[in-house]
Amino acid sequence: MLNTENLLHIGLAHYIFLSGILFSFGMIAVLMRKNVLVMLMGVELMLNAVNLSFIAFSKESGNLNGHIMVFFVMTIAAAEAGVGLALAVAIYKKFHEVNIRFFEHLRG
Amino acid sequence: MNHALLILTLLLAPLTGFFFNGLRFRASNGVLAGSVATGAAAISFICSLLLYKELLSLPPESRIVASKFFEWISVGSLKVPFGFVVDQISSIMILIITGVGSLIHLFSVGYMSRDARPTKYFAYLNLFLFNMLILVLGDNLLITFVGWEGVGLCSYLLIGFWFTDEAKAAAGMKAFVTNRIGDAGFLIGIFILFFTFGSVNYADLAHLIPKVTEMSWLGPVTLATLCLFIGAAGKSAQIPLYVWLPDAMAGPTPVSALIHAATMVTAGVYLFVRMSEVLVLAPLTMHVIAWVGALTALVAASIGITQWDIKKVLAYSTVSQLGYMFLAIGVGAFSAAQFHLMTHAFFKALMFLGSGSVIHAMHEEQDIRKMGGLRKYLPITHLTFVLGWLAIIGVPPFAGFFSKDEILWQAYSSPLGNKGLWAIGAVTAAMTAFYMTRLMALTFWGKSRFGHDVHPHESPPSMTIPLIVLGILSVVGGWVGIPHVISEVLPWHPGNHFETWLEPVIAHLPEGHHGEQVLEWALMGISVALAGLSAFFAYDNYVLHPQRPPAMAKAFGPIYTLVYNKYFVDEFYFARIINPLIRGSKALWIYIDVNLIDKATYVAGDLVSGLASFVKTIQNGKTQSYAMYMAVGVVVIITIVLL
Repeated sequence: MLNTENLLHIGLAHYIFLSGILFSFGMIAVLMRKNVLVMLMGVELMLNAVNLSFIAFSKESGNLNGHIMVFFVMTIAAAEAGVGLALAVAIYKKFHEVNIRFFEHLRG
Repeated sequence: MNHALLILTLLLAPLTGFFFNGLRFRASNGVLAGSVATGAAAISFICSLLLYKELLSLPPESRIVASKFFEWISVGSLKVPFGFVVDQISSIMILIITGVGSLIHLFSVGYMSRDARPTKYFAYLNLFLFNMLILVLGDNLLITFVGWEGVGLCSYLLIGFWFTDEAKAAAGMKAFVTNRIGDAGFLIGIFILFFTFGSVNYADLAHLIPKVTEMSWLGPVTLATLCLFIGAAGKSAQIPLYVWLPDAMAGPTPVSALIHAATMVTAGVYLFVRMSEVLVLAPLTMHVIAWVGALTALVAASIGITQWDIKKVLAYSTVSQLGYMFLAIGVGAFSAAQFHLMTHAFFKALMFLGSGSVIHAMHEEQDIRKMGGLRKYLPITHLTFVLGWLAIIGVPPFAGFFSKDEILWQAYSSPLGNKGLWAIGAVTAAMTAFYMTRLMALTFWGKSRFGHDVHPHESPPSMTIPLIVLGILSVVGGWVGIPHVISEVLPWHPGNHFETWLEPVIAHLPEGHHGEQVLEWALMGISVALAGLSAFFAYDNYVLHPQRPPAMAKAFGPIYTLVYNKYFVDEFYFARIINPLIRGSKALWIYIDVNLIDKATYVAGDLVSGLASFVKTIQNGKTQSYAMYMAVGVVVIITIVLL
């Protein structure tokens, strides 16, 4: 018989599973899509997947370390998004498109 | 005067001369270059005299003037100071080198007056003098080796001085390469001595080694001295490395006199006199040296009989006389070897300079078949040459008689000597008398055989003065070493000063046939009589009956051809050693170097560059592929960790 109680009870495993799925989606977006904006979104998705796992572990272990780490990650993510968008704007100004292949021109 | 300063002046005078002339080597003013060079040599000679006087004022047991300038090499247990030592042995050597050297420098001023590059010549000559002094003054084997190499270089430069003539350049190369073979042996000898005894210093070795007993026939001392003998055989032109010396006559004649008769070629003899304390512990080496010396003397003298080039005759004579010196060393008569070295330096330098005077007068003609009757054209040269001739064939009381007789007597009477060695020595003495008389007869006596367009003239004073001085030395030079048997019957009992002088610094063998004075007189008589007879025989044949020698040569057909072609030794070396070596080297070059080693490196290079061209496709500048590699890497690592 299916134990419905166990199914309805949301535990650590569920969070980690969800976090993994989100991380994979983000990674696929970064690896597969050519649009820089979409790739940046993928990166955000990956970071937030990690955040989710932090929160879950934090709740599980009963201390605030994970929460603190999440604040740091969010700050970094904001900065990263700022830099990434700036690059995207610069590329767009030059090529009128934000395809990732134009980033090859950054090669030394 | 300070000892160190004296030694320094002695050494630096020729070096300064070298730099003075060497830095302006294109200058064509031969008199200026010659005066500077001769002056430098003369300064060295004065220093040598002062040092000799200094030694005389010391008691006989402690006649040493030593000076260490700085620590030259200090590696681990090897400590080599740049030190020089003037003792009984080296004082005689520096007197010969600078004395005869100065005279030859002076002679060169006249001889090289027609040359295009006299400055270069005098620079080389001074450099040679400097290196030769280093060689004999060094207080350890390594400094001697430095001088040894230095004189080898100067010898090469001076033999090939007229390098535009290909044969002469080749002669220089031959001398250099042959010497290299000997030098390798010399170096190995030094290594063995250092490895065994931990020192290369002469005094240390002499003190250390008697404490070590030579365990077998082929112990380290025997091995080391044999290796040193290879070096000495190369430098002093002994079998089997003598072939370079006759060819070395391609150089200017004063060079032959200085380097290839009086000084450099005696370096090997000097080395063994210096190392006598070590050498007496290796009887096997001494036997080898004695027999090689005796055979060299015999073979070279026999070749000398058939040569037509005035300098070649003298060159083979030099090889032969060096053989005598090695015979003396081999039988333990170190003092006699050194004595013969000195008298030979006088009379052979005299004869080479005399031949130089003749060649100069005959406008570079060296073939004695085209000379004859030069006595009336070159009176001074002839007279001095006669003195040298009498000295070398051993007529008493000329210099050569005393030294040669001493060697022959020691070859017979020493514990290491025997009748065979004496017999070879005596036969060689007879041959020497023959070929020297032949040389005299063909050059100076009889009828002149040169054309009417040649007008021989006596040389200028700068050339005749050295001849006269050396002529006098060839007469009186032997009087310092009159053997005991003769000195006893002379009314004023001169005594053997030379032996007494050297006695404290050389090794002594137990006395052999002591007191057999009758025997010594008899042997002396036999060798002088042999020499006299063969000299007369030569005179009879070449002056009184000049038609006989060609007939004799015909009668001895094959033997004459063999000897005339120098026993085909050069051809033998080329056929059996040099050419196989060259073929072997070429084979190694083509098969091993080009086809194996080079190919291997090419393959290794191709492998690496092939791998690199594959790997470099990874770095394509596509951001996403980099991200992919990272992702794949992370997955792989996580998989490994988890599993």
